[in-house]
Amino acid sequence: MKMIKKLKDFLAFENKASQFALIFIILLIFAALFAPLLCRYNPAELGTESLLPPSFNHFFGTDDFGRDIFSRILYGARISLSVGFIAVAISVIVGFLFGIISGFFGGWIDFLIMRFVDVMLSFPSIFLILSIQAMFTPNIYNVVFVIGLTSWMGVARLVRAEVLSVKERPFVEAAKVLGLPTKNILFRHILPNVIEPVLVAATIGMAGAILTESALSFLGLGVQPPLSSWGNMLQDSQAYLRDAPWMAIIPGFFIFITVLCIYLIGEGIKEKIQK
Amino acid sequence: MLVKFLKKLAVLIPMVFGISLISFFIIHLAPGDPTALFVDPNIDPKELLRIKANWGLDKPIIIQFFYWLKNIIRGDFGIAYLYNRPVLELILERIPATLLLMGTAFIIILLISIFFGVYSAYKKDSFLDKIVSILSFIGMSLPSFWVGLMLILIFSVELNILPSSGFSNPLLSTSPIYLRIYDIFLHLILPVSTMVIVGFAGLTRYIRSTTIEVLKQNYIRTARAKGLPENIVLFKHALRNSLLPLITIVGMSLPDLFAGAFIIETIFGWPGMGRLGVSAVFSRNYPLIMGIVFISSVLILLGNAFADLLYLIADPRIRIDEND
Repeated sequence: MKMIKKLKDFLAFENKASQFALIFIILLIFAALFAPLLCRYNPAELGTESLLPPSFNHFFGTDDFGRDIFSRILYGARISLSVGFIAVAISVIVGFLFGIISGFFGGWIDFLIMRFVDVMLSFPSIFLILSIQAMFTPNIYNVVFVIGLTSWMGVARLVRAEVLSVKERPFVEAAKVLGLPTKNILFRHILPNVIEPVLVAATIGMAGAILTESALSFLGLGVQPPLSSWGNMLQDSQAYLRDAPWMAIIPGFFIFITVLCIYLIGEGIKEKIQK
Repeated sequence: MLVKFLKKLAVLIPMVFGISLISFFIIHLAPGDPTALFVDPNIDPKELLRIKANWGLDKPIIIQFFYWLKNIIRGDFGIAYLYNRPVLELILERIPATLLLMGTAFIIILLISIFFGVYSAYKKDSFLDKIVSILSFIGMSLPSFWVGLMLILIFSVELNILPSSGFSNPLLSTSPIYLRIYDIFLHLILPVSTMVIVGFAGLTRYIRSTTIEVLKQNYIRTARAKGLPENIVLFKHALRNSLLPLITIVGMSLPDLFAGAFIIETIFGWPGMGRLGVSAVFSRNYPLIMGIVFISSVLILLGNAFADLLYLIADPRIRIDEND
């Protein structure tokens, strides 16, 4: 019972917009998980009726190959959401490690890591990603890794700054005086204090990762067909803007609304922390 | 102050070195080497070795890196395959179009975000503040390529009033200059609007929060207590101070602008560096990719250094600080 209450507290936001956003994302996750039950058509199945406008048979119409757009959106949600989750997990872990090492040890280690962060930040990251994607055959795993490994710098800076401020507090000094091993100080005394801001950064990072994935797939350098992702659906739509505008409107709208909801959830968490 | 600035410039040198190191090795991570791309696979192995030796591809990778570095210091980025022209020449040719697009979008973004940022900070929690806040969340969440497609759909396909792609209309190449400028202006509208729609949010939110902080300061209260008119307090005392950190933020948002330009240029067929880069990626044109990564990163670093310099000039507190 206590667990349920805790979960309820965690999921409740004061801000109505954040609350709606959370509900939408949860619904979307379930829809993506149970996509096979919700869809009447196979997302990759080619149909004879191409470019049909939205109707009762095909809620969102069909695309140039006669595939049902509704099914492709739901299966695409699986891709977009999991790319977002995993890429952010990678960037948070990498950023966390660099940030905590940099902030805790200081000195030349800090200097080197921070200069590395500066260098990484001054690359237009989309271009770094594009070149890596061009080197290797673009596929979904590369997309996830590349996004994760080019977006950890913000988290690293944030964690470093937090560690620097926490480090000076009496309880950390006390732990040092007691002669606790560095590992314990880092993970038991400093880490819990930096988790909350990182959580906010992670939600924002997830929105960014979903946007980047869709941009890459849109350029043809991300998730490859026959897998459907919202980005590569938009790529197909370009040639049919005149005849089948719904092919362009619907996937983009889903990217937009999902990213918006994730930002709103991030905002909700931020408000919670500040209280 | 000069010493401080020179110190900052000195840090740039290892950073440029780092950037070139990373871009070089990423390119060389690629499976296979450039010869595989356009040399006939049935060629005599001896001949292949000769070609590789010719390009220095038989040397260890570290040596190759220093060769490359030595050449780019001289301004020689090599010859781009397929185009058969020097990389630097190709890039320099495309930079003006990119700067025109980015510059126009950036000035509009600055004007919009300063106005709405200051106004919504001043009238915090008012109706307009809420609208601005909602609009900036929407702006942050919109994928730029989708906005681009939607604008094309509305203004080019449905209404047919604006050109959807390119830099200028080739039919007008012999027309008088004002017509050609007007034509370029028409071509700029959609890509610039796209960049503004997806780009104004971050800066607006930022200016809003710094202005809110500044308005709490004592000197603002002093200015009001002196009985100064509200618009002088707002635009002379508050704005100046709230715009200071903006200089740094502007420097830091340069990479985003460049990144945005890559996608926008691709959608709108804008003949700039971004589109050149994307097509270089697709054709695996390594010298061109390296050149573009290197030059855009250096431009970004220089932009940041320039922002630092401006900050030093603009904020006397920092100048005084480093004297002691």
